[in-house]
Amino acid sequence: MSIEDRRKERLDRGIKVRTDGLYALMSWRELSYLTLPRLVLIFGILILPLVMPSMYWQRVISIVCIYALLAISFDLLAHFVGLVSLGGAFFIGVGGYLAAILNTSFGLPPLLTIPISTLAGATICTVLLLPCLPLRGVYFAIVSLMYPLFLARVIEALDILGGTDGIMGIESFPNRWVEQYFIIAMVLLFLFGVRRLVNQDIGLVFRAVKDNDQAVRASGMSITFYKAMAVFIASAMGCLSGACLVHLYMWSGISLFALDFSILPIAATVIGGGGTLVGPVLGCFILVPISELLRAFGTLRIVFYCLILVAFIVFRSEGIMVYGQRKYHQFERWVKV
Amino acid sequence: MDILIYGTINSIALALMALGFALVYGISRVPNFAHGALYVITGFITWTLLRTLGLNYLLSIILAIIAIGVVGALIYQFVLIRVRGMATSEIIASYAIGLAILEGLRWGGFKGTTYTLPVFIEGSINIGDIPVDLHRILVVGIGVAIITFLWLFTHYTRVGLALRGMAQDERAALMLGIDSDIMAVVAMALGAMLAGLAGIVLLPLGNIVVEKGYDVLIQAIAVCIVGGLGSWMGAVMAAFLIGFAQILTTVYLGTHFQMVVALLAIILTLIIRPSGLFGQQKELEERV
Repeated sequence: MSIEDRRKERLDRGIKVRTDGLYALMSWRELSYLTLPRLVLIFGILILPLVMPSMYWQRVISIVCIYALLAISFDLLAHFVGLVSLGGAFFIGVGGYLAAILNTSFGLPPLLTIPISTLAGATICTVLLLPCLPLRGVYFAIVSLMYPLFLARVIEALDILGGTDGIMGIESFPNRWVEQYFIIAMVLLFLFGVRRLVNQDIGLVFRAVKDNDQAVRASGMSITFYKAMAVFIASAMGCLSGACLVHLYMWSGISLFALDFSILPIAATVIGGGGTLVGPVLGCFILVPISELLRAFGTLRIVFYCLILVAFIVFRSEGIMVYGQRKYHQFERWVKV
Repeated sequence: MDILIYGTINSIALALMALGFALVYGISRVPNFAHGALYVITGFITWTLLRTLGLNYLLSIILAIIAIGVVGALIYQFVLIRVRGMATSEIIASYAIGLAILEGLRWGGFKGTTYTLPVFIEGSINIGDIPVDLHRILVVGIGVAIITFLWLFTHYTRVGLALRGMAQDERAALMLGIDSDIMAVVAMALGAMLAGLAGIVLLPLGNIVVEKGYDVLIQAIAVCIVGGLGSWMGAVMAAFLIGFAQILTTVYLGTHFQMVVALLAIILTLIIRPSGLFGQQKELEERV
């Protein structure tokens, strides 16, 4: 092996350092350095439904946004609180079934069922997950993976809530523009809301819970309380997307608990870059359309995105967004050792 | 009486399914979520060798098991070894591999009810007044043989002792000159072969379908968790516990509840005692 006589040095760009403080307001250049990526994201997402060629692709955008919400919730739980939840389908299922029941049995319109099932669903999920919150690492991951499977089997076995046929005849959104922009607005709201949240004091506690929970406990704070709060926020996002999905498909069934909803957001987070919150959204915008394009190949698309996932986990575990941020904020050069 | 007989058979079957998973986790701490996929794919490999290539049944079984061992070793060597120690990445990576295998099989046209393996011995005998087909008796025999073999292997051979050493204390094992990477590859290959063997022994009792991969994975996880992750004898005990519980619920409640039992067992065990009934309690590693 040859001895490496150079190494790569990474330095923050001057403009990054300047825009960290109040000086950001001093010039248009620095202002745009800060706001441009965010504006590109916001306007990019807002314009997307308008430039899509057909109804079909507009529908795909809605699905992307639903997955994006789930992926943000996974990212929040996994990378900020340290609870790796493999059960995104659990949130989707609870939210979806609640919305379906509220709509068909009580006749509430979608604009009422969605907020109600978001809050009620989040409460139900939090209460159900409460006993598992003390678990760590692989144990929590396994138990959260089992929850959606368990609920699906119970519904199947007891033949309740429509059994294997599911609940049909659910009202759709008033029109497709409301549908599109409602979901998009929710994604943006939660994306920036969660970003704001994790930079507050409570976000600091969340991260402390992830890094060293004994220290949090030693500071006289209840770990379970903070974990429950994080689960509430995350499951609210999951239930919201579940409720939207049910109104989108006008149908709710056991497939809401299917593994797609657990695995795709994780894949998106891994590809987009965990811990960035924007990364998972980006990952969804890459993965879901790819999987739609590959629809003709049937289940081969699952194989395909599993392989992408494995490749990213093994070779590029940082993800696109972290890589992009590094390129944006820093420059690199080789230096002699 | 029939509960006793079929409970025993079901329990041994569960133990067979779970041993591979327990072995891999016990030695290299990698939760092998591709376990179910390995189980199913062995069935399909055997089927292909047997029906398409027209080989002898015994020969195709042996070839399939060797093939699956190689596959397991390759999965470990090229993927899992790079994410070792990161529990989440291990789960996601191995699960993704399993999913890729299963869905790839489905895409390759291996679906429907046309794929069956022949039973080893035709016919049935009566125990008391309950008819039991000979294959199920054979399942019990093979299961007991494998459990005994594993026990002897891990207690009296060099490789087996090295594997146990790694499971107990990896650093000490390293100091004694045991290459932990090689041993982990061996463990994974062995685990895959056990999964394959379980598949070959149990699949003749029904059709080979892709969906079985998921069920087997869940049942293996259930058994391992109830018995305590990493504890092999615990897994065997837990297999009897869950096996009888499943048969009892099937008899009194209906077949739909069989999987509910396994899932409920996982959730309850993890909530109440994460290290399982027979595992060593490591309070700080598993709970806050």
